[in-house]
Amino acid sequence: MRTRIAYIASNTFREAVRDRVLYNLIAFALLLSGAAILVGQISIEIEKLVVINLGLTAVSLFGVVIAIFIGIGLVSKEIEKRTLYTVLSRPVRRWEFIVGKFFGLAGTLVVNTFFMAIGVFAALFYVSHKFVRADALLLVALYFIILEFLIICSLALLFSSFSSPLLSAVFAFSLFVIGSFAEDLRNFAGMAHGVSRWLATGAAYLVPNFSAFNVITSIAHEQPVAGQLVLQNTLYALFYAAMALSGAVLIFEYRDLK
Amino acid sequence: MKPRQKTTMVASACLILSLAASLFVLNRIDQLRPQATLDEVLFLSSPKVIQRASLGYDGLMACIYWTRAVQYFGYRHHNFAASYNLLAPLLEITTHLDPHLVVAYEFGSSFLAPKPPQGAGQPERALQLMQYGIQNNPDNWRLYYDLGFVYYMELRDYKQAAATFERGSHVPNAHPFLKILAAQMAQHAGEYETARMLWSATYQTTQDKQIKENAVEHLRALRVDEDVKHLQEAVTRFGERTGRLPASMAELVAAEGLAGTPADPDGHPYKLTPEGRVEVRVPEDFPFATRGLPPGFKPKFRGIL
Repeated sequence: MRTRIAYIASNTFREAVRDRVLYNLIAFALLLSGAAILVGQISIEIEKLVVINLGLTAVSLFGVVIAIFIGIGLVSKEIEKRTLYTVLSRPVRRWEFIVGKFFGLAGTLVVNTFFMAIGVFAALFYVSHKFVRADALLLVALYFIILEFLIICSLALLFSSFSSPLLSAVFAFSLFVIGSFAEDLRNFAGMAHGVSRWLATGAAYLVPNFSAFNVITSIAHEQPVAGQLVLQNTLYALFYAAMALSGAVLIFEYRDLK
Repeated sequence: MKPRQKTTMVASACLILSLAASLFVLNRIDQLRPQATLDEVLFLSSPKVIQRASLGYDGLMACIYWTRAVQYFGYRHHNFAASYNLLAPLLEITTHLDPHLVVAYEFGSSFLAPKPPQGAGQPERALQLMQYGIQNNPDNWRLYYDLGFVYYMELRDYKQAAATFERGSHVPNAHPFLKILAAQMAQHAGEYETARMLWSATYQTTQDKQIKENAVEHLRALRVDEDVKHLQEAVTRFGERTGRLPASMAELVAAEGLAGTPADPDGHPYKLTPEGRVEVRVPEDFPFATRGLPPGFKPKFRGIL
């Protein structure tokens, strides 16, 4: 079982890294990190802040775009090319296929993040001429960004398991936007009454809460991140991704592929 | 030549020509509408709306708005603008997006408080900005220093300045001079020595090159102000004693028993006009001086501050 999942994951990874769009997006993210140096020069005393803010935002946003655009095609493309039938005709369970795809995409995103992070650190070194201990906090922000990607990957896969690529992209991106407002949604639920309170509270807890993963601003000011937050965010991302992945498996398991 | 090569060449030539032409036309359009830039428009003025729209990337938005504020101030300052309507909203948006962006409070107050053309002439907005900064960064002693500075330099409210320096001196790791400043302010507010002390403290505690240059310019101007004040008093004394104005600076120097001809910080001797006014030789070199400048002289500020 493990071998089959690993095999599907490695194939998904290989297929993803062959995609030229991926390289364009990474190049664009690296360019943005480089441009941060120029932006810092037309302002006052925020060179390092701009490099961290713009660099990590680029890593995060481009990663989200990559996760969505690769994730939405993972299942539908296999159906379209009819390669899914070849895979499933072998002793591969449907859920193994979904889980393998998830790990493949997650691996691609981790590797992408690694390369984009090198760009951010290079830009940071260019403006600061040295690394200080507080710069290690960037690794925490990058870790949170990767956790965010895991959730988005699983959501993209969930939508991809039952709808067309275009609709999956719309759903996944909308959920990303809504997830960024999750705390506001919770505040709204707190103010509502009756049924709307229950509905809003349900929605607020069902959508992914991305705001907890965004520590870029505080890290730019060298404010430490609590160890508890790292732990809780990790658990939350793992549980949420597992939930979405389970949904994807359930839907795909019963999907009529004829 | 193959047809494909021919097509490539023609298309490339067309591309370059159209690009050049479009740039030329755009340049002409800009000349027709020189004031068509959107620098006086703030489409979104609510910090909360901008914060929501930033999808959590508010640190980046704060950097963008801070850069916009710097560019807005720099452009208008360079052009000797009399109004800075967008400056305060831009700074408020910046600091609401990132309340820990200390640089926006420090520089923002020095943009807002001084009278035009040095600044926006809005010391009350500068006070609000600094108070918001202190509220969000209560452990940053520099913000208390900057707030006290605005009270002292722009509002001449020595009591508040002293109280602010005193509050700042209690912040952990505060620079010891805040305590001295508070005491100095209480006893000798309004004296040149106190102002000199403030600018010297600014010079010593900042790492920023522009702020250092600005402090040096103010210290030079203070020296001119003080020299001219003393010399002008000497001219008055001479008039009271002799019933006429001194014919030259040399006569004044001799009558007062001065060691030599007094000179400004650049070494240029002060001049005495036939009307009995003491003036600097090169007023452009002392943009912050308040005395010793020819009547109607408008200084040109070289730096941002």
